[in-house]
Amino acid sequence: MLKTCASASVLMIPSSCSTSTSSLALGVYTALRRKGFVATTIMTASLIGVSLPTFLIGITLIWIFAVELQWLPSNGRGEVIDLGGWTTGFLTDSGRASLILPAITLGLYQLTLIMRLVRSEMLEVLRTDYIKFARARGLPARAVNFGHALKNTLIPVITITGLQLGSIVAFAIITETVFQWPGVGLMFINAINFVDIPVMATYLMLIAVFFVLVNLIVDLLYFAVDPRLRVERAPGK
Amino acid sequence: MSDETLGSGQSSVPQSSARQTANDTGEVIRSEPATALARFFDSDIWYSFTRSPVTIVAALLVLIILVASAFAPWLSPQDPFNPATLNLLDGFTPPMEANQFTGSVYWLGTDDQGRDIFSTILYGSRISLFVGVSAVLLAMIIGIVLGLVAGYRGGWADTIIMRIADVQLTFPSILIALLVFGIVRGIVPPDMRNDVAIWILIVSIALSDWVQYARTVRGATLVERNKEYVQAARVIGVKPFPIMMKHVLPNVMGPVLVIATIGLALAIIAEATLSFLGVGMPKTTPSLGTLINTGQDFLFSGEWWILLFPALTLLILALSVNLLGDWLRDALNPKLR
Repeated sequence: MLKTCASASVLMIPSSCSTSTSSLALGVYTALRRKGFVATTIMTASLIGVSLPTFLIGITLIWIFAVELQWLPSNGRGEVIDLGGWTTGFLTDSGRASLILPAITLGLYQLTLIMRLVRSEMLEVLRTDYIKFARARGLPARAVNFGHALKNTLIPVITITGLQLGSIVAFAIITETVFQWPGVGLMFINAINFVDIPVMATYLMLIAVFFVLVNLIVDLLYFAVDPRLRVERAPGK
Repeated sequence: MSDETLGSGQSSVPQSSARQTANDTGEVIRSEPATALARFFDSDIWYSFTRSPVTIVAALLVLIILVASAFAPWLSPQDPFNPATLNLLDGFTPPMEANQFTGSVYWLGTDDQGRDIFSTILYGSRISLFVGVSAVLLAMIIGIVLGLVAGYRGGWADTIIMRIADVQLTFPSILIALLVFGIVRGIVPPDMRNDVAIWILIVSIALSDWVQYARTVRGATLVERNKEYVQAARVIGVKPFPIMMKHVLPNVMGPVLVIATIGLALAIIAEATLSFLGVGMPKTTPSLGTLINTGQDFLFSGEWWILLFPALTLLILALSVNLLGDWLRDALNPKLR
């Protein structure tokens, strides 16, 4: 169990990290260059990304990069190194290579979803008066966009990103099946197929703990991002 | 379309709530002639429909797939479920090419068993649509009833139902569906599993999806509950259940329909995902997901058509239903008019 979890974490951590950062960047970009050709292309592509089921993304990637181009391996983890109980493929070439496709598959749906959210939130914020005022004051565009607008965009984005981190666990089941990644999700599917109730129960407990932790972290992040939430301790309340 | 002539019989302006209901009915039975047809063509919904080419294309695609799958036994050249009609020599025929042994030509090629891909897609989308629609209907019924009770009754019923909903909402729906599927399969005896797979699938997808409906209905019911017509009904002694069903329900159906349309796309994808993972429909009666699962095995040996065409069908179906749902949401939202 622990071994498969570790193996799954190897897949989830880089995937979720790269997803969050790149979706933020893409979202901000499409919001700022709303009419541009690149932004329109990204938005159209993201529409397809939202309706494409995860397993189809995985299969498409396998088809293009593993079957037709033969650049990357299509399944397994490649060579792994044992770091005191936590086996990782980060340190070997084949490990890294076999990480790319599953990580992209896992991240793509989240990427499109969060990107669209960032974009719409950013557009909303850019319309507000204080942004117009900041522009009128002659602040450089960078300070307006990133210092003022982005900060207020982040609050709903953090909520959804947190929830999406949770659903990465669910999508990992699909990704791990497509790429035969020996993670905890693949074990869960096998447990369902063999009606192995103890394994299913353990998996669910783990997931529940994970979800509670993620939600807690999201709540704590609110306080870091939104100063309005810290007012509660102000005198007179 | 002769909007004016049809609409002229409807000169009096209907009240907003009555109009809403008429639109909803018209939307559901759009493909069939009905008495509400004239009112439907006069409505805002129809107007915004004719103004959105993307929606028209999406509706056409959904209609084509619906009709094609409904008439699958008559349209498909072959019955893929009947082993007697299959010829193993026909296996792996590429699309639009003559088979090297039998010389037969199939539009979209054949799979390893010599089954015509076009026929399997017709039958497959039939199962996918059946599971999707049934799951959405079941989820709607569960969600509407629980949402009405929670919103109208309030108190402990509300607390219990909404807590369960909150807990379930924390988990991704595909995980819930997998879990329900796993547990129900554990209860069913092994030799019956393939026969009841489709019903287990419907129940597990419905149980993973009802929360959306329950929350929406509850929220709308909380608003409707205090309106005068509900109070009037209560004063003249109508029992709570008839009030919920006859008075509150028609007024909360608008948003439910929007969720149901988008929910249909999600249910179809959920079904395909479960089948793809190998826990949904068995290979003897394949749905689109099972077909994609089968096709994936032949990806490496170069038989791309076994995978591509079912995948494309699923994609077009999901995308079209999604687009329809998006349009319906905007059309029913008075703020965006």
